[in-house]
Amino acid sequence: MSKKILSGPYIMWMIGFILIPLALIVYYGLTDRSGAFTLANVLSVTSPEHAKALWLSLGLSFISTVLCLILAYPLAMVLRSRGMGQGSFIVFIFILPMWMNFLLRTLAWQTLLEKNGVINGILTALHLPNQNLINTSGAIILGMVYNFLPFMVLPIYNVLMKIDDNVISAARDLGANSVQVLFRILFPLSIPGIVSGITMVFVPALTTFVISNLLGGSKILLIGNVIEQEFTKGSNWNLGSGLSLVLMIFILISMALIAKYDKNGEGTAF
Amino acid sequence: MGQPLIDLRNITKSFDGTMVLDDLNLSVKENAFVTLLGPSGCGKTTTLRIIGGFESPDKGQVIFDGQDITSLPPNKRQLNTVFQKYALFNHMSISENIAFGLKIKNKPKAYIKDKIKYALRLVNLDGFENRTVSSLSGGQQQRIAIARAIVNEPRVLLLDEPLGALDLKLRQDMQYELIRLKNELGITFIYVTHDQEEALTMSDTIVVMNQGYIQQMGSPENIYNEPENAFVADFIGESNIVPGIMVRDELVEIFHAKFVCVDKGFGIHKPVDVVIRPEDIDLVAPEEGTLTGIVTHLIFKGVHYEMEVTTPDGFEWLVHSTDMFPVGQEVGIHVNPFDIQIMNKPASEDEEAVGINE
Ligand SMILES: Nc1ncnc2c1ncn2[C@@H]1O[C@H](COP(=O)(O)OP(=O)(O)OP(=O)(O)O)[C@@H](O)[C@H]1O
Ligand SMILES: [Mg+2]
Repeated sequence: MSKKILSGPYIMWMIGFILIPLALIVYYGLTDRSGAFTLANVLSVTSPEHAKALWLSLGLSFISTVLCLILAYPLAMVLRSRGMGQGSFIVFIFILPMWMNFLLRTLAWQTLLEKNGVINGILTALHLPNQNLINTSGAIILGMVYNFLPFMVLPIYNVLMKIDDNVISAARDLGANSVQVLFRILFPLSIPGIVSGITMVFVPALTTFVISNLLGGSKILLIGNVIEQEFTKGSNWNLGSGLSLVLMIFILISMALIAKYDKNGEGTAF
Repeated sequence: MGQPLIDLRNITKSFDGTMVLDDLNLSVKENAFVTLLGPSGCGKTTTLRIIGGFESPDKGQVIFDGQDITSLPPNKRQLNTVFQKYALFNHMSISENIAFGLKIKNKPKAYIKDKIKYALRLVNLDGFENRTVSSLSGGQQQRIAIARAIVNEPRVLLLDEPLGALDLKLRQDMQYELIRLKNELGITFIYVTHDQEEALTMSDTIVVMNQGYIQQMGSPENIYNEPENAFVADFIGESNIVPGIMVRDELVEIFHAKFVCVDKGFGIHKPVDVVIRPEDIDLVAPEEGTLTGIVTHLIFKGVHYEMEVTTPDGFEWLVHSTDMFPVGQEVGIHVNPFDIQIMNKPASEDEEAVGINE
């Protein structure tokens, strides 16, 4: 009885702020303006313009996720070897920027990368040719990696810290050298952290429109931007919802793939 | 026999300025069962880690089979370790755990398969190949850790309190298992424990350590019956350690009573420490005892009664006996000459403090 009362507010929350909006998205996505059922909104993803935005989003977020992983793993390893005190201080330094507003951080990059921005200013002062930095895919990837890297570092650092030193000693004892310890022990044992890191980077990267708005300009449209524009400028909620559904399906597929790899990874990865 | 298989020479190790091992010398013969015994923090694990190669000594050498291996990394040493907390690989099945060392050494598949089967049979866990680590009980995990080590056919197995986390019954079972295993495999065991009973049961040589020093080394009987100092006497089993004066050879005075003993060569009128085990004290009628006292405490312990007898000088003697004497009764204390163990007094006050503190 008391449990029911306690869970009441959460159930209300879930219904009001998760289920109803989701149902509305599904409803709008599968109907046209007059309210009749249609698949046109969903299928519009196959239009060249939308498909291009979707593939670009998938591509850029994939590259960003991989870059985050490549940067985060060695960092997490270093932090682990530093031991508790020093390691957690560096982690703290690392997540410090996260205390600043996400928009501000991205705007700062805009200021740095702009045509007449800080970097080009320095290049001019050094009599070097100016670079076209802003409004490129590279700028978007940079923004994604910069903003989402901590979400990759933290879960990996957490799983690595949980690995008992004796387990590593045991592997050494049984004849494994450092490389073998890395690939047969540390890496497989940190897969849960890697998976949650990938999820926490890939999903927001795939759906972002702020980073691409600020660093990609109007030239580069990600699927997030397309959806945003349908809701705001285009006022076509049906189309926006339809594309959101498609995006959700893509995220579900990616998650399923990762989860499958995780299962495989447990024990038989090597 | 001849040269020892492992020889630790003048090993010194300190952590953050604190001396953990101080000029430690230890020889282990091939096929021995050597136990390092001592209170928590005395440097047992550190000694084992130095032999295993996980820690390098500040000074001194580790000699293995005549070769200096002091700077050889652990993966190149011909010995394997069973760790204090098992340290199994949770992401692998049981057979993968056991196969780990063999796969690293690129042994053929068929050989590995046979070895897994053999090792599981040896530790009485046939058919556990495909179980996960987390589905095993503590005792089973322990046995897998042993199996994982022995399939590599090490010449020496290092075991760091392998039974520490098990309950009493299981621990006793495993003690016999380990002895059986050792006899079957014929490899050298270096075993760490802080449980003196375990050490006495299992080993052929016990090394009693305290605060980074070896206090005494010898066979279980030797250590138990002839402790060299108060620390060893106190640590190995319960005992009464009383001050005495060696009147002459084979006669010692304790609390103004003269006891006949068998020790010689301590000098005349020399202060000594006397060790008498509680089970070696016979309680007799007051007029028959060398000393008399009053029973001040009585507990039934199952196999025997534990009593405290207070003598007029205020010393409380711990006595184990199958005969019961009620509290308040006056009794005589009698000890057979060969049950009296005489030890030299510690050379300095410091050494004494070290001995009694733990
Ligand atoms: N890596 C280390 N850094 C700092 N101090 C250490 C380290 N390893 C061990 N010590 C210290 O060295 C001393 C001896 O430790 P050791 O682990 O050898 O004790 P032990 O005899 O195995 O004790 P236990 O029975 O509790 O396992 C302890 O005071 C411990 O705190
Ligand atoms: Mg220890």
